[in-house]
Amino acid sequence: MSKPVIKVQNLSKRYRLGLKEKQAETLAGQISQVIRSPWENLKKLRKLSRFDQEDESVFWALKDVSFEVKEGEVLGIIGKNGAGKSTLLKILSQITEPTSGKIEIHGRVASLLEVGTGFHPELSGRENIYMNGTILGMTRREIDSKLEEIIDFSGIEKFIDTPVKFYSSGMKVRLGFSVAAHLDPEILIIDEVLAVGDYEFQKKCLGKMEDVSKNQGRTVLFVSHSMSAVQTLCSSTIMLENGKIVVTGPTDKIIKRYLGAGSPDNFFELKNGDVLGEGSRKISLKSVFFSSDLNQQVPVCSGLDLFITLNLELNENIFNRGERVDLRIDNQLGQRLLWLSTKVENQLDLRSGKLVFKVPNCPLVPDEYVLTVYIHDGIEVSHWLPAVTTFKVENSKYFSNGLQIPPGQTNIIYPFEIIQ
Amino acid sequence: MNTEHYKVIEPSSGWKMVDFKELWRYKDLLYFLTLRGIKARYAQSILGVSWAIIQPLFTTVVFTLVFGGLAKVDSDGMPYILFSYLALWPWNYFSGTLTESANSLIQNANMITKVYFPRMVLPLSALLSKMLDFTIAFVVVIFMLIYFKQVPGWGVLFTPFLIIQLLMCSLGIGMFLSALAVKYRDVKHALTFLVQLLLYAAPVVYSTSAVPAVYQKFYILNPMVGVIEGFRAAFLNRPMPWDWIWPGTIVAVVVFVFGMMYFRKMERTFADVA
Repeated sequence: MSKPVIKVQNLSKRYRLGLKEKQAETLAGQISQVIRSPWENLKKLRKLSRFDQEDESVFWALKDVSFEVKEGEVLGIIGKNGAGKSTLLKILSQITEPTSGKIEIHGRVASLLEVGTGFHPELSGRENIYMNGTILGMTRREIDSKLEEIIDFSGIEKFIDTPVKFYSSGMKVRLGFSVAAHLDPEILIIDEVLAVGDYEFQKKCLGKMEDVSKNQGRTVLFVSHSMSAVQTLCSSTIMLENGKIVVTGPTDKIIKRYLGAGSPDNFFELKNGDVLGEGSRKISLKSVFFSSDLNQQVPVCSGLDLFITLNLELNENIFNRGERVDLRIDNQLGQRLLWLSTKVENQLDLRSGKLVFKVPNCPLVPDEYVLTVYIHDGIEVSHWLPAVTTFKVENSKYFSNGLQIPPGQTNIIYPFEIIQ
Repeated sequence: MNTEHYKVIEPSSGWKMVDFKELWRYKDLLYFLTLRGIKARYAQSILGVSWAIIQPLFTTVVFTLVFGGLAKVDSDGMPYILFSYLALWPWNYFSGTLTESANSLIQNANMITKVYFPRMVLPLSALLSKMLDFTIAFVVVIFMLIYFKQVPGWGVLFTPFLIIQLLMCSLGIGMFLSALAVKYRDVKHALTFLVQLLLYAAPVVYSTSAVPAVYQKFYILNPMVGVIEGFRAAFLNRPMPWDWIWPGTIVAVVVFVFGMMYFRKMERTFADVA
């Protein structure tokens, strides 16, 4: 039961970054640059997969990573964007080769780095089940026998013979996940795929995955930004940073450490060139700060008003077409506590680039909390930053006689009186 | 513990053999990719697969008017329309397979970077999906033969062999170019006119007798020369021109093996540069 089914030894992977081109300043210089450019391009393209000389453009996505996964274990892999999580999964699923190191795997592997790979818009849902299934390594006969179940699980029986191009994006995800959920591997590798789809369906998928890992003894490797998903599914977790394993151990401990690694000073700023988050970035987050005072930055205290100030960057003139900003506040275990949304207002004016949310008499007890920012421009997701930063709520003399909120006694505070 | 599916992932280097066992395991994927290719090509079109006939037929008509009618190109005594269709039919299959397989990797880059499967399935499915067009275009050959009251000779028994030569040649070049195109997108731009130019390097619009004797020994190295001449001889009941065929056969085999090996060699970098 406890033999390692995956053994990773000193795994490293190197990539080459695109370097900024030098711009010539004189006209003659620019002309000669144009003439030379095919040659420069050739050199650049050749270098993409050659590493004869080490220089500043070489980038180690993974460096000397070693770990073992035991049979039946569900291992979480967490880390910031660019920590090397996806590279690790890509090597494990044989999509790309490591630069050095070795992996030994016992068992049939199925990897799920994307939902609905190979879907073709012109084909019907049914045909795409076969397409996607065979890409993921199923045989036609396997799919034949599971077809009813797959269609059932997706919940889109009615549209199964309609070309997928007429599907909503949610329906595509459902169909893709249904196929994936019916894979029958001994080792399952999953990257972030739960981040899509509506809440109900996400829950259904999580349930299915729990079933797969706990009841069927499958080994699962799971990368996610959703701490609550990692918390529910994974017994142990690896935390990656800059291509190296920082710490590995029981999930609770690692998640705490990961979230603590954010900025505890209640201020978070995206540096120029930061590529955090997903979306079109037509409206994007620049900075956010938390304070108990609207005008200056003071510590956030339980029971006092909480002001969350967002500075946004407006990259395109898109106003009044239903823009929306959501804040989600989770505790360190990934449980959602608060949802603040501009959806409650009919008219949202972002033109000033500044947005302030006020939570009167903040009900959060002293602890650290995790913020997720979601910006939608009315047509598509503009900037979505799951678990982007943490903020700290301090204790205060909440009760009138000067008593502080007792630690560990409650998860929220709410005013009460003794009337008799 | 599963010992049956034991596998080691390590950096590899140098040339690799083609893993036919693995390709066989993924035969269902090949089947559905082929089906996808066919369905996607003719989806939402009124004439559907008839396009497989219309394209070569119209080209033939134009060629007959221009080269047969205006330029009076010698067609060795055959009706020019038959002469040129019997060349365009295999030629279209050759150029179609070549283009599709060369583009197959870039077109499916999203799949390559997300899932592992033997990459060779992609150019192979391009070849198989084009086979439908080739078969349909054959219908026109039958009608033409009936119209011109032409009985094919015993040579038609050799056409499968000629088709294999054609496939090896187009797939070999296709795989080589597709592997190259992943990294150098210039291939895509060059391919369009390369295919146009290659048309004149094969006896499609003219007859081999028009080629000066001094150049003939280079000319016959083109595998498509033998294929086209073979097709004409077979369907028009003339002696099979073996002297024109076998040099191309050797070249086709060499091109095929080289294309496959190069593809395998470059395969490991596909996901990183696609």
